Amino acid sequence: MTANDIFQETYTALTSNKTRTGLTMLGIIIGISSVIAMTAIGAGAQRSIQASIQSIGSNLIIVTPGAQRGPGYQISAGRGSARTLRLEDADAIASQVASVKAVAPELSIREQVTAPGTNTNVSVIGTNANYPDVRNIQIDNGYFITDANIQGIQKVAVIGPTVRDDLFGPDTNPIGQTIRIKGLDFKVIGITTTKGGSGFNSQDNMIFIPISSAQRFFAGDTYVTTIDVEAENQQVMTQVQDDITSLLLDRHKISDPTMADFSTVNQADIVATASSVAQTFTILLAAVAGISLLVGGIGIMNMMLTTVTERTREIGLRKAIGAKKKDISFQFLAEAVMLTFSSGTIGVFLGWLISFLITYLGIIQTSVSFFSVLLAFGVSALIGIIFGYYPACRAASLNPIEALRYE
Amino acid sequence: MKPISDMLEIKNVTKTYGSGNAAFTALCGVSFDIHEGEFVAIMGPSGSGKSTLMHILGALDTPTSGSYFLEGKDVSKLNDNELADIRREKIGFVFQAFNLLPRATALRNVMLPLVYEETNPEERESRAYTALKAAGLGEEYFSHLSNQLSGGQIQRVAIARALVNNPSLILADEPTGNLDSKTGEIVLGTFQELNTQHGRTIILITHEPDIAEYAKRIIHIKDGLILSDTPNISKKVTYSL
Repeated sequence: MTANDIFQETYTALTSNKTRTGLTMLGIIIGISSVIAMTAIGAGAQRSIQASIQSIGSNLIIVTPGAQRGPGYQISAGRGSARTLRLEDADAIASQVASVKAVAPELSIREQVTAPGTNTNVSVIGTNANYPDVRNIQIDNGYFITDANIQGIQKVAVIGPTVRDDLFGPDTNPIGQTIRIKGLDFKVIGITTTKGGSGFNSQDNMIFIPISSAQRFFAGDTYVTTIDVEAENQQVMTQVQDDITSLLLDRHKISDPTMADFSTVNQADIVATASSVAQTFTILLAAVAGISLLVGGIGIMNMMLTTVTERTREIGLRKAIGAKKKDISFQFLAEAVMLTFSSGTIGVFLGWLISFLITYLGIIQTSVSFFSVLLAFGVSALIGIIFGYYPACRAASLNPIEALRYE
Repeated sequence: MKPISDMLEIKNVTKTYGSGNAAFTALCGVSFDIHEGEFVAIMGPSGSGKSTLMHILGALDTPTSGSYFLEGKDVSKLNDNELADIRREKIGFVFQAFNLLPRATALRNVMLPLVYEETNPEERESRAYTALKAAGLGEEYFSHLSNQLSGGQIQRVAIARALVNNPSLILADEPTGNLDSKTGEIVLGTFQELNTQHGRTIILITHEPDIAEYAKRIIHIKDGLILSDTPNISKKVTYSL
């Protein structure tokens, strides 16, 4: 039989019972489209996580007090509770470590902040003039904390747009107004640009004050909660991180690196950690979709077995007029593969459409990868072969005499 | 007339189904020759072994013992694929029922053996046309689906399909079993015509003496043995030569 003959036979067979063919195809269509859509959602989520991590700064190394732990812990562990980093450490990093572009210490506290008639609970961060540079923050209006503000231990504050909205209302210009933090009046000198992001650590919902003021008025000591270091470029990140570690070990007089009373984490690690979380999530989603694909495949097998039984006499006739085993098995295999392949095509399209709609409706930014489309096609054809093989063998091994007699 | 030669020769053919106590012998040693251009009826009641004989003659099955030579080739020891080759190249079947593929046109049904022979499409069509004309189906029915045809027309298409690969032997298994007597006569007439006009070798398997009368030679079979093997001199045979 030529390819054209096979195609013609298959087409006739599949279109002769459209309802059954359609329902069987539905199983594969759902399976393939959910694999496509789920991996697209997963990939989209991964990208948006990476983007939001990139937005906190570039080539960033964060030094926090507390014990060295695995990468997954470092983001939050020990912060605030351990007090081992001092402002002097930050200065030492800035002056002694090579390839460091800027250093911004942070002293972070959470406080109830009031303006006349309103109040809000926000993070108040004491920092220096390098902060906007290091953490990728722009000033919308006014100016950021200057070295003069710090030297003068002035009570000035730069507020995020969310804070502005909460305390003064949207579209207002509170520059020059006064906010009250823990009973002390601070003058608003600037507003940062909206960055987006959500959760407790949104940079839109923060107040920045000079680090000297934070230490003097709120902490009462010279400890800091975080030191942000910006390296000159991506390539020196690891080197800078190592240098910071050895410098701080030296300064803290710790000889055993495993006993360090601080930890450093570079942005690449955070990205990697978050990405691996997203990836696990993607695999989970794809696995669920994969199960539906498997169920769809069993549906194909079921239909093919029914077809073989129904067409027993036809098979007998074909064999009587000279069809070989391989002709028969190839015909039925072709039927199963054509079934899954066309389902795969529709499934890819549907999956793409779902991803598009999800993006379009703004639920999450999805990204359909060429690889997943290719994989879906391959898998659907493979399912056709795997689940079509047994029915095809059964058809081919029928005895022509018995097949012709079959009622 | 073409020279008479031993086209088909079976010797001491037996067929046993099952084994041990459940063994059942359908053929207990059958021998005969058939020459090219003969029209033979194999007749016997049901259970006589004629269907088993038909299966062996049609290369659908192999004998338990004995030999079967078709055009000098021993068919009795062949495997499944070789038997399929024999069926495709040397034998044309006409069955009693379920002869045609549903959902396919008369023409496509006739072309089916050529599909398995991988004949090129243009040749398929022209050969199918010729065969359908030889089987006496009106050209207006060529593109009808097989389920739109009458019983007589179905058997004509089946005969055309049996002819299309130019076989050495046409095997007809109760070809009129599902037809009324008038249509049956027409179909049998077609077989006679193919035999006398085109020199086709035809074996007709039937249990009805009336139908066997159309052949030139009748082999009676009963309980797996040949009862008689005689030329038919009845009036139904038309000697147009």
